[in-house]
Amino acid sequence: MEKRLIKVTINGKLRELFVKPNDLLLNVLRNDLNLMGTKYGCGIGECGACTVLLDGQTALACLILAVTVDGQEITTIEGMGDPAQLHPLQESFIEHGAVQCGFCTPGMLLAGEALLKENPNPNEEEIREYLRGNLCRCTGYAAIVKAIKSEAKCQSADPGTLSE
Amino acid sequence: METSVVGKGLPKFDAYTKAKGTIAYADDFSLPGMLYAKVLRSKYPAAMIISINTARAKSLPGVHAVMTGKDVPHNNLRAKFGQSTDIGPNFEGLYRVLAEEKVRFLGEAIALVAADSEKIAEEALALIDVIYEQLPGVFDPIEALKQDAYLVGDNDTNLVSQFKIRQGDVETAFKSADVIVENTYSVPFKDHAFLEPESGVAWVDENGIITIRVCTQVIEHFRTVAEVLGIPHNHVRVIGTWVGGGFGGKEDITVESFLALLTWKTKRPVKLTYTREESFLAHSKRHPFVMKYKTGATKDGLLVALETELIADSGAYTYLSPWVLLYATVNAAGPYNIPNVKVDTVAVLTNNPFSSAYRGFGAVQPNFAYESQMDELARILDLDPLTIRLKNCLQQGDTLTTGADFGGSVAVREVAEKAWQALGPKRADPGKHIKLGRGLAVGMMSYGRLTFLHDTSRSYIKLELDGSVLMRSGIPDLGAGQAQALVQIAAEELGVPLEKIKIFTSDTSLTPLAGTSTATRQLYMSGNATLKAAREVKERLINKASVMLKADKTDLKFENEKIIRISEPDKYLALSTVIGQCSTDGDELYSEAQFNAPFTEVPVSDVITGQTFADFTFGAYAVEVAIDEETGEVNVERAVTCYDVGKAINPLNVEGQLEGGGVDSIGYALTENFVVEQGYLKSHSLAEYLLPTALDVPDIETILVESGAGIGPYGAKGIGEPACNAMAPAIINAIRDAVGVRITSLPATPEKILFAMLSRIK
Ligand code: FES
Ligand code: FES
Repeated sequence: MEKRLIKVTINGKLRELFVKPNDLLLNVLRNDLNLMGTKYGCGIGECGACTVLLDGQTALACLILAVTVDGQEITTIEGMGDPAQLHPLQESFIEHGAVQCGFCTPGMLLAGEALLKENPNPNEEEIREYLRGNLCRCTGYAAIVKAIKSEAKCQSADPGTLSE
Repeated sequence: METSVVGKGLPKFDAYTKAKGTIAYADDFSLPGMLYAKVLRSKYPAAMIISINTARAKSLPGVHAVMTGKDVPHNNLRAKFGQSTDIGPNFEGLYRVLAEEKVRFLGEAIALVAADSEKIAEEALALIDVIYEQLPGVFDPIEALKQDAYLVGDNDTNLVSQFKIRQGDVETAFKSADVIVENTYSVPFKDHAFLEPESGVAWVDENGIITIRVCTQVIEHFRTVAEVLGIPHNHVRVIGTWVGGGFGGKEDITVESFLALLTWKTKRPVKLTYTREESFLAHSKRHPFVMKYKTGATKDGLLVALETELIADSGAYTYLSPWVLLYATVNAAGPYNIPNVKVDTVAVLTNNPFSSAYRGFGAVQPNFAYESQMDELARILDLDPLTIRLKNCLQQGDTLTTGADFGGSVAVREVAEKAWQALGPKRADPGKHIKLGRGLAVGMMSYGRLTFLHDTSRSYIKLELDGSVLMRSGIPDLGAGQAQALVQIAAEELGVPLEKIKIFTSDTSLTPLAGTSTATRQLYMSGNATLKAAREVKERLINKASVMLKADKTDLKFENEKIIRISEPDKYLALSTVIGQCSTDGDELYSEAQFNAPFTEVPVSDVITGQTFADFTFGAYAVEVAIDEETGEVNVERAVTCYDVGKAINPLNVEGQLEGGGVDSIGYALTENFVVEQGYLKSHSLAEYLLPTALDVPDIETILVESGAGIGPYGAKGIGEPACNAMAPAIINAIRDAVGVRITSLPATPEKILFAMLSRIK
């Protein structure tokens, strides 16, 4: 199959990639770009472990053909925060014990970040609703919900921590 | 005892790399020249393999190996399933790497392929010609026990094991009972559905050692792999990765033997990662049980007799069925004082998926049954759920139905009271169709292995010259903070900040074997081993410092990287100074310590008596549910749990275990139904097999009781598996409270509830 050139901004860097028309974004991220933080949990859109941000919105990398993201902006877990410093939501997850095995964590964090952009002050119900597509088998979600809620509070209390 | 690091809900060190997404799980690792493996699996649950022709697959370009049972040096092993102790044939079973002749379950592995890419490997699978002759099979454990039943394996019976408990005289006791409640309960297969599917990479290292980097709860399977290959044990090395969830599903061997065989054959690195669908097919399930319970009580609500019969579906192979069954046997009566008890349990082979370990290991199934029975009794006798439990629950000094003493603390009363009272005053039903109901359940489960397994663990601590600390432990970390707990213990003892301690885990060749991350044993076993190792090195430092400071040994304490004179706190030495002196004097700056659990003898008869476990954890769940009477839908509105954890080494992680275990059991109670029909799976994906989502569950309110009376370090008890107890029956009891129907088979789906409500009206 012939490869096609696509241009995508991944974690803030413009990349030119040759991809086959049937290459899944998940495989391109993991195998071609070595961005291993994006996980395979089911491959058919049912677990959320492969969640990335596509132009700021959550998207499931296992369901997206890489060719279709030409010209778009992708954030993976490796692009959250910067190398030297954790993103405040990452800090909050760590502090609240929201990370157990960690396999759902990248997806959960990105979903949490997208939620807080859309709705800076979500209530518990809204957080749970938003995370519906991200399964976690370890935490029972309680700590994850608390971590997101507490970060929302921090952000609304201190506008200085908003990065954009 | 006052502690400064132990008892703090500190973030665990692995959370940082996990949150950054940089931790390398099993599938995140690759090697140059690596091949990709795929497994050919049986299309039928019961069949005879007439022939396997691999010629076409082998000639496909890019294929490097195709292997069948014939190519496996030792394809059929009497396996001890990761055990190092010999405990006789009753606890062993057949471990067959690749199916030969008889296929026993759908998805059983038949052949292996290694190829240049996953795609080629997949194509090669399609080119392997297997001719089967389908066989009738047997899919119901009760059928499988009948005289002329189809035989699943090569033995002349499908019976795997059976146990009994006999205490008092139930027959006479039932005659004296004022009320008797009799019900039959059933629970389905449950899949672990860890988010990370099974995966590993294997290679042959420069010294010819077969090395397998794999996500597993049991690195000790290296021995089994060596036996499969027919090579010495020390020629196989297993490196355990950080595990993306296990829950018992990564306790038995998963990809290890397949990888070892293919890398041994091709001399190339090989990777094998299951798809989710394959994961459902390939690994064990929680045992379905049918449980007949007959419970008798006086009109005052005192239990007088219990008679129960438990039948467990082992599926197609033995695996850990005998052990699970023994747990179920010992837990069958629950944490109650019942003078007359008769328990009969049996595990049976069928052509269903094989059952083995699942968090809760045989304790949760009877827990659902006995706590439903208690609730029914309370209703008949017009007692509230707490009262009937308090009247009958085990107290300090009581004995188990096997006659064994409980050591430690038996806090059933306290946990039941605390959980139930935390629900507060009842609310009125919110709307016309919505009915609220409340339920309570308690539970018990051991932590640490069966005492006749003679369990041991080791841990290594070494002081560096700069005052930093290096630890080594074979402990597999499944995400529950297993490694963090060991680090906190070392930090506590040595007065060193957590950041200065590095722990290296889970490598059969380089770390001292800590045993399996199963049976809620790691904090107890490896925690104690770590404590012992830390105290040994501490002792040497104290000896040295007492000379250097001219102080009595008892007058010294470790704090903030210093050894300080208690009587004159301005007299102290930096830890690194004392370490330096030890080094100069040639004193050992490390310790590897072993902790042994209490040992008992292997049961000689199937009537179980005496001690089988070292200690138990007791806990309770109280829940409030809302049921839509029109749809039968259940929403768990509130869930409060209270457990006596002995001592919370890290409260944050303990709460995480309770929250996760509780939600896992909400799935058990309401949604998770792993349907198997005539041996065929009807659940292939996470859209068909429904795990609770964030939206389906409430916040879990946790109350920790710290009796300090556990046998783990600092008086800790184990919590990982016991955390799965009590939630499911509490929900079922709450449903009974809300709409008046008793659900006796899990999960309580809306249809089941509606149907029960309709038949009650009729
Ligand atoms: S891997 Fe994409 S949703 Fe599960
Ligand atoms: S932390 Fe393990 S799946 Fe969420």
